[in-house]
Amino acid sequence: MRYIDEFRDQAVARGLAEAIAAAVEPGREYRLMEFCGGHTHAIFRYGVPDLMPANLRFVHGPGCPVCVLPIARLDQAIALAERHRVTLCTYGDLMRVPASGGRSLLTAKAGGADVRLVYSTQDALALARREPDRQVVFLAIGFETTTPPTAVALKAARAEGLTNFSVFCNHVLTPPALRAILAAAAPDGVQIDGILGPSHVSTVIGSRPYAFVPEVFGTPLVIAGFEPLDVMHATLMLVRQINAGEHRVENQYTRAVTEAGNAKAQALVNEVFTRRAAFEWRGLGWLPDSALALAEAYADLDAERRFPVEVAAAREVKGCDCPSILRGVKRPTDCRLFGTACTPQTPLGACMVSSEGACAAYWSYGRFRAAGRAA
Amino acid sequence: MGDPMGTERRFSARLDLAGGVIEMSHGAGGRAMAQLVEELFRRHLDNPLLAQQNDQALFTPPPGRLVVSTDGHVIAPLFFPGGDIGCLAVHGTLNDVAMAGARPLYLAAGFILEEGLALADLERIVASMAAAANAAGVPIVTGDTKVVERGKGDGCFITTTGIGVVPDGVEISGDRARPGDAILVSGTIGDHGVAILSQRESLGFETEIVSDTAALHGLVAAMVAAVPDIHCLRDPTRGGLATTLNELARQSGGGMQLREAAIPIRPAVAAACELLGLDPLYIANEGKLVAICPPAQAERLLAAMRAHPLGVEAACIGEVVEDPHGFVQMETRFGGQRIVDWLAGDPLPRIC
Repeated sequence: MRYIDEFRDQAVARGLAEAIAAAVEPGREYRLMEFCGGHTHAIFRYGVPDLMPANLRFVHGPGCPVCVLPIARLDQAIALAERHRVTLCTYGDLMRVPASGGRSLLTAKAGGADVRLVYSTQDALALARREPDRQVVFLAIGFETTTPPTAVALKAARAEGLTNFSVFCNHVLTPPALRAILAAAAPDGVQIDGILGPSHVSTVIGSRPYAFVPEVFGTPLVIAGFEPLDVMHATLMLVRQINAGEHRVENQYTRAVTEAGNAKAQALVNEVFTRRAAFEWRGLGWLPDSALALAEAYADLDAERRFPVEVAAAREVKGCDCPSILRGVKRPTDCRLFGTACTPQTPLGACMVSSEGACAAYWSYGRFRAAGRAA
Repeated sequence: MGDPMGTERRFSARLDLAGGVIEMSHGAGGRAMAQLVEELFRRHLDNPLLAQQNDQALFTPPPGRLVVSTDGHVIAPLFFPGGDIGCLAVHGTLNDVAMAGARPLYLAAGFILEEGLALADLERIVASMAAAANAAGVPIVTGDTKVVERGKGDGCFITTTGIGVVPDGVEISGDRARPGDAILVSGTIGDHGVAILSQRESLGFETEIVSDTAALHGLVAAMVAAVPDIHCLRDPTRGGLATTLNELARQSGGGMQLREAAIPIRPAVAAACELLGLDPLYIANEGKLVAICPPAQAERLLAAMRAHPLGVEAACIGEVVEDPHGFVQMETRFGGQRIVDWLAGDPLPRIC
């Protein structure tokens, strides 16, 4: 595939691996957090850690939209789906995520709730048009990448006068999560020497919103694409900054990310959404200014207002370390449920469900097994 | 079709194959059902055993060991680029029979039809089954039809059962993979699954990819003739190549080592998977097979496969290795190793 294979070239990877090995200073630790699940996925799928020196390791960040959705919101989504005449539309990843009491959208569906899998907001809109007797609720999740499509759907619904479409909004923002992780102090916090910055998210918001990372926390950040060579190239850029004692925002993903980002998408999001005062993140707790709700002008399309649901306090699965794994404090293999009670077939935590979750990546690509064998 | 019908019976009007739909009465055992069987099923599927008009087909098996296999077919959409549920239901079961190294003899078919299914669609499906069965030289000799209420089926479900005979000296089984054996695949993987995905209205992408649905017993016969000592054969349908290799590894108690660069994948399939965030190793195939044979026979088997029209793009993609864990591993194009695990849940497009 043109424009893809070039970013997975073995010879270039070897050259980069050699450059990184030559650049790292012996006796120094390089703990680099890859923010996005897409990075985590690329790192494991292509075996990038095999190519890294021993004193450089990747710390997995919270950038998995399914993983950071708090159980309470998932409980609400299930309650919504169980309401009379409601059809809940969601992306497939979310279907199997465990909610309170071992339930999930999949078990709710099996129990008679009308839950449908969609591939885009446009599918949900089409469903609302096709089935006017149903109240179609789109369960919107994701970071800044998935927010503009939700905004487009809301505008379309408004323009068409669709009265049976609404959005249960769970869109969250990347910079506040980054700030929370960097601000968390030891012993709970994790030592991070550099950050591989979001890829697709940055195509929308640009590189400017990360300025606080070096300014406030003195941590270098390199925006990195999702291809394995992107990750390795950005790693080399981080190592060079760390060695030089520098801390700047750099952009490795120049083929897609600009300083200002996508102005049109930003304007759309600003028109349709407003910031919530605070929002709960799985693993990170309640973070101020970290999520979006529908703006007043779109209040009538807000499922939270149209269908208020009450749910009991959320219950976490006992022993599940997803919250610590999302902060980078623990590795998947540190969790005592990992690979025993919790596997992709029988997930107990969200990180094992989503393909972008660190536990699923560890399991699927067999890192822990390979490590176990080498040890 | 299994129902006995007196030839003296006449119907007041012919079945409206252009504008009619399946009604509950078409499954009720009365005249309407008899008419559907006669004017639609028997007309297309006609063969001497079916013409016996009994509830069963009676035949004398040839000498040798018999194999039997059954497969339910549910697919949306019913018609897709490169095929439809009809030819798929024939090929799927023929292939399961053929994977024992067998020569398929006969097929049986059970239909579950949803009230409201257009008779024109049903006729198209049955005609496609007839064409596939004729091309394969394997008649559909008995069958059954049931109708379920609207909303309780997905248009049309078809279950087919096949019977075949295995030549003496052929011992093909999923537990015979041995360390050192070569792993071969008969052609490009993922074509069928991507062709189906492209038709799902919600994904809305266009591709020239068509399903690879095909009957593989001719290819198998050529392979068995060239290398009677094939250890394993399996068609990587649901769950794709990755799932089939994990099944064989578990059955045989060994591991597998693959080379990503050797696995044939069409660029358009690779591109579609890339866009959707899917892994082609887990995408279904309907006209491909995996063969495992002793290393010394690999070249000969590969040549036999490539000489057959359905194996032109065959390739050797790895070998069986000693591994008590039974892992399927792959050397990536990137130079790293990854484990190719069982599929968990459905393959889903990514969202980020």
